[in-house]
Parts: sequence; C-alpha cells; structure tokens
Amino acid sequence: MIKIIQFINKDKLLNFSLFLVLIQILLAVFAPLLGFKDPYEIVVLDRLKSPNYMNFLGTDHLGRDVLARVVYGYRTSLLTSSLSVIISLLLGGTIGLLAAYYKGIFDRVVMRFMDVLFAFPILLLAIGIIAVIGPSIWGAAIAIAIVYTPIFSRLIRGPALVICETEYVESAISIGASDLRIIFFHVLPNLMSVILVQSSLLLSAAILVEASLSFLGLGAQPPIPSLGLSLSEGRNFLLLSPWPAVFSGLAILFLSFGFNLLGDCLRDRLDPKLKSEFDNKL
Amino acid sequence: MNFKYLFNRIFDLSIVLIGVSIIVFSMIRVIPGDAVAIMLGANTEITQEGMNELRSRLGLDKSILEQYFIWIINIFKGDFGTSIWTGRPVISEIYINAWPTIELTALSVIIGASLSIPIGCFMAISRGSFSEIIIRVAAIAGLTIPSFWLGIVSIFLVAKFYPGFIALGYVPFFESPSENLKRMILPVFTLSLPMIANLSRLVRSAMLDALSQHYIRTAKAKGASQFSVVFKHALRNALIPYITSVGVSVGYLLGGSIVIEQVFAIPGLGRLVLGAISERNYPLLQSSILVMTAAFVLVNFFVDLLYAVIDPRVSKDD
Repeated sequence: MIKIIQFINKDKLLNFSLFLVLIQILLAVFAPLLGFKDPYEIVVLDRLKSPNYMNFLGTDHLGRDVLARVVYGYRTSLLTSSLSVIISLLLGGTIGLLAAYYKGIFDRVVMRFMDVLFAFPILLLAIGIIAVIGPSIWGAAIAIAIVYTPIFSRLIRGPALVICETEYVESAISIGASDLRIIFFHVLPNLMSVILVQSSLLLSAAILVEASLSFLGLGAQPPIPSLGLSLSEGRNFLLLSPWPAVFSGLAILFLSFGFNLLGDCLRDRLDPKLKSEFDNKL
Repeated sequence: MNFKYLFNRIFDLSIVLIGVSIIVFSMIRVIPGDAVAIMLGANTEITQEGMNELRSRLGLDKSILEQYFIWIINIFKGDFGTSIWTGRPVISEIYINAWPTIELTALSVIIGASLSIPIGCFMAISRGSFSEIIIRVAAIAGLTIPSFWLGIVSIFLVAKFYPGFIALGYVPFFESPSENLKRMILPVFTLSLPMIANLSRLVRSAMLDALSQHYIRTAKAKGASQFSVVFKHALRNALIPYITSVGVSVGYLLGGSIVIEQVFAIPGLGRLVLGAISERNYPLLQSSILVMTAAFVLVNFFVDLLYAVIDPRVSKDD
C-alpha cells in the first residue's frame, strides 16, 4: 500500500488524473446517495431554464434537472464502457495470450480473424453490430466489446510473445510446469502494466464511442439519462438554451480525458517504451 | 521494394477483403428472428406471399454457400443489389452519397496531416518541463474532445455571432465551389482536430528521436543551419512512423464522418448507413459498410506500399 502511494506521489500529473477519474467514478457510483434530483422527473413549467439557484446546471427541454441527468449519465456511460472494456479484455486478452503461447496454426488462424475484424473502421463495425442486435445500452456495450477484442488481442500478443521467449518461461517449461500454470503465473503477471495502461486508454476511447452511438440513437434509449443522448436532444433546442448540450458534452470530455491522461501517465511511469500503434484508432 | 514483399502484401490484402466480405455477408443471416419479416415489418403489412417474394428477390431461399457466391460475383460485376424501398440500384445511392464523405475525409486528412508536421516540429524544438505538460494535456484534450459536441458548439457560436453564415448542409463542389468550401470549414475543423492532436504528438516524439541521432550531430558539426538540421535531416526520418499513422487515421475519419455528417446535415455515406438502419434496409446497409471498409483497407494497403518505398528496410525484413 505504502509502495503504491509512493509510486503515485512523485508525479503531479498522475495525481491530477487519478483525482479526476476517482471523483467522477465516486460521483457515478454514489449518485443516488448524494441528494441529486430525480433525473426522470418532468417539470413542464420549468423547461429549458438557464443555470439558477434551483437547478445548478439548468433544465432540459422536458424540465428535467440537467445536473441530475449528467450525474446519472455518468453512471450509464461508465457502466456501459467499463463493461465493454472488461469483456473485450477477457476475450481479447485470452486470445492474445493463447496465440502467443501456442503459436503455430492456432496463432495464425485466430490472429487472421482478428486482423479481419480490425480492418473495419471502429465506429462503422459497432454500428453494423448494433444494426443486427438492436439499439440499447447493452447492444452498445456488446458492440464495443466485439470491436475492442481484436485490439486487445493484438496488444497482449505482442508483449506476450517476447515474454514466452524469456529464460524463466523456458525453465518453467523444463521443470514440467503445466501450460495453464505458465500462462497464469509466469506470463500474465508480467503483462499487468500493459493491461493496466491499455485498459485505461481504451476505456477513454470506449466512452467516446458509447457517447457517439447514443448520440446517433443507437445506444441508450430515452428516457435513460445518457450523456450522448442528452447531447443529441439538447441539439434541437440549442438556440433556446445551449446548457443541456454544453454540460453533457463537457461531462463526456472530462470523463474521457481523465482516463486518457491516467493511461498516459501510467505508461510513462510503468514503461516508457510502451508506445503503441493503436493510440490513434479511437 | 522487392517483388516478394509486394506479393505478400497483396496476399494479406485479399485474405482480409475476403474475411470482411464474409462478415458483412453474414450480418443479414444472424439477425435474431426472420430478417425478411423484420424488413417488411418496417412499413407494410406482412403477408406470406410478400415474404416469399422478398426472400426470393434477396436470394435467401438458396443454400448459404450459393448465396455468398452469387452475392460476391454480382459485386464484382458492379451489382450491389437493389434498395428494398426505392427499388433503385444500391450502387447508385452509394455513388451519390459517397462524394460528400470522400470530400470531408480527404480535406480532413489533408488539413490534419499538413498542420501536424509544423506543429509537431515546433513542439519538438521548444522543450521544457512546463511546455511539456501543456503540450501533453492539450494533445490529450484534442484527442478526447467529442467531435460531435465540438461541432454542435461551433454551430451554436456561429449562429449566435455570425447569423448570416450558413454552417449546415452540403452544396456539390461543381455547383458552387465557394459555397461548398464555406460549408466544409466547420465539419473539417471538428473532424481533423483529434487527428492533429494525435499526429503532432507523434511527429514531436519522432522528431526528438531523430534529433538525438548521430547524423544530426554530424550535420550540426559540419555547420548546417538550425532550419536545415530540423527540416532536412531530422524531419525526413521522423516522417516514417507518421505515414502509417496517417493511414490508420483514415479509418477513424471514416467512422467519425458518420457522426459529423449527422451533426452538420451532410448527405454522405454516414447518413445512408443510419437511414438504412432505421428503414431496416439491410442490402443497402451491407453494401455501404462493405464499400467504406474496403476503401479503408485499400488506403492502408497503399500506405504500406508507400512505407516500403520510403524505407527500404521494411520490405527486406519480410
């Protein structure tokens, strides 16, 4: 524990990003306990109010409190995107590990398939998947998970290949350790920094993809409080009151920014050489 | 570039394209429930005859392998099928809608790629702990700013402060070049910002890498000017990783353009895709996704070749 604190304390930017991420996660997790208004409550008389004493961030086109919609929107956004990153990490990570460890025909066939999935522009593939399974938050989560699986598998396979060639893996094989033992106790622990950094960076990107999908009407459906959805609803009333659109967009920005900065700082601390080609594939 | 490298790349390309076509082909077959009933359900009454008719029109009554080969052979002939609702050939709808998307993407690539080089070089030269942090934070902010939000905010600001400026819609370039470009300013700006943020950071680190090489010291020692050292000696070598990233960015831009087209009411492929989803016009959807993905794959194929031409070491390793 002390080690972790020491590790964090040295880097101001890392501190800042951790603070930014934690405060938003806490806000999302404890939203029902913090005394925000009901994000579903419609007050017809208070439509499109600017920020005021009663509604700190104003109200939207149905008179719902924007602050409550944004905070509950964090919940939707974080839940969907972290779920999809976890699924894709489990799927893609397993595929990458097994491909790196067993090599040969399995590696070639599976990674070819990953190459094919990787060939689609990310948002386009996600849209195509949602067209098949139907638009909903879960649809968006599944779509993002499928889209990120090849990315994770490639990210894990590269470093895992290097680790599989090391002497300690060789000696583990020579003393007769089982495949599972080698993969879980010798290879995986050495990949933790890669996993940590890339999960944070991909979560940042997943938040943007989820918001884009909801914005297009392919993710969360009304009346669920969702940042992307609020943005697309707010767009229609822009000239009457820009606040719902402005604040939900800022919320998406802070959330995605926090995780990206965190991943970036972690990468600097854990392994400066860990620059990847996937940085620019949002 | 040697012949073997070219052959390997073409082999990879065809494998990926076949894989992509199989996935796109399977789309309509894995829809839960009866795709034909879903398609008809969008706006007409469902009758058994109607379903059978549509099923045979889409070729869904044949065996799956037969269906795939008929589909793929027709695509090579330029026949992407007919749109279910309008009855027009899908290819002509894609053709009409492709131009705005191509223009939007191409302009964004040009702007993003050309601006990021000077910005990245400048960032590499002006080093220091404080500017380092600013650059880093600004680059990440540029990357994580939701482009559709930026678009909406810019539309709002323009409407507020320059009410005469029409920011929405699309006018074909050959109808009125000035109107066309005027309407492209905001979409291109919002679409290319993340690319600029990402690429200029990449150029910066590649430049720093290149500037620490021995040949730079040699160039400085023989008395080359700062300008010539940075732009002639270092930049050339720094551009190698940059080119790959430009290729990858095209995929991001194609995806991003779907959202941006929606924000700025541009009738491009993105609108076609979203329209096809809401109409449940699966043949149109399949073809649009196939065309956009194939374009992305081909761009990256040519980038790979370009990369090998610029850096001959790449093709030798293969």
